[in-house]
Amino acid sequence: MARKTPEVNAGSMADIAFLMLIFFLVTTTMDVDIGIIRQLSPPPPKDAPIPDINKRNIMTILVNSQDALMINGKPADINTLKADVKDFMSIHPDDPAYPVIETKSFEFLGEIQVSKGIISLKSLRGTSYEMYIKIQDQIAGAFTELRNDLAMQKFGKKQDKLVDPNLVDAINKAIKLSVSEAEPEDIGGK
Amino acid sequence: MSRFRKEGKSEVPAISTASMPDIIFMLLFFFMVTTTMKETNVMVRNTLPVAAEIEKLEKKSLVSFIYAGPPQNKAVYGTEPRIQLNDRFASVSEIQEFVTQERDARDEVDRKLITTSLKIHYETKMGLVSDIKQELRKAGAFKINYSTKRLVTRR
Repeated sequence: MARKTPEVNAGSMADIAFLMLIFFLVTTTMDVDIGIIRQLSPPPPKDAPIPDINKRNIMTILVNSQDALMINGKPADINTLKADVKDFMSIHPDDPAYPVIETKSFEFLGEIQVSKGIISLKSLRGTSYEMYIKIQDQIAGAFTELRNDLAMQKFGKKQDKLVDPNLVDAINKAIKLSVSEAEPEDIGGK
Repeated sequence: MSRFRKEGKSEVPAISTASMPDIIFMLLFFFMVTTTMKETNVMVRNTLPVAAEIEKLEKKSLVSFIYAGPPQNKAVYGTEPRIQLNDRFASVSEIQEFVTQERDARDEVDRKLITTSLKIHYETKMGLVSDIKQELRKAGAFKINYSTKRLVTRR
């Protein structure tokens, strides 16, 4: 004989739910961890000789404490930096104003021409981090465009649309991010 | 006309709140799924710069964080940018020890894959940032991530 049991009062269920919600709101964050990933170079041994690099292979980018940009000694604009870097690192055969080009062979890509160009970035201690990130972003953007161009040329698709990870790796190996950063100097103070 | 006479004045029925717990539970599940437990209390102002060429950090367990920026509590700590490691302010010289600690806290296999994420306020000067990077190089923590927000381009 089943006795009719009184219904559990569901009014307090809402209170319990509110309490748990407030707990989670207070103790958690919605931090998405995104950013520019870089590999630092190991500190050079004290008596390492300065490598001799051909001047035409280096693109010098300087930023001063007022966040003013200078490329190869001439004032430049952050908005054209990506185009300038891309132009510098593109293949210009037999042009002495541009870096030396060598032919290398890669798996999946065959023989391709790679530029020996290096982007040298030097900032002062008073440069703002925001400007530094903008510059890094523009340089990375230029390399991404170069990689997309190579992927388009070899495989008919942009690099981020390629399905095979081997092909993606091959393109990354062929066009390596070649940025060299010098120690910031303390000219003009903070 | 007499058949459809209104049967006296009836009040508007009260809104049923029976579904309120369901709505709250849905919100709760949303927050449980999309958030992560806060590990440290950030004591520096940390507005990150924006960038477009960004990648997502894959394994959260292999990331250690260094915060840098002007302190939130200006009255007590001043306005000079500081570094925060774990839960307290630190100086640049303590970074090497911090890296060793983080390395020891993880398995042998994972040690080479540790990424140090630099969450630096956008107004910080490069002097402090390069000091941090120098210490990281000396400590052997080469894989770093400049933490940024995503740049949203309007087409």
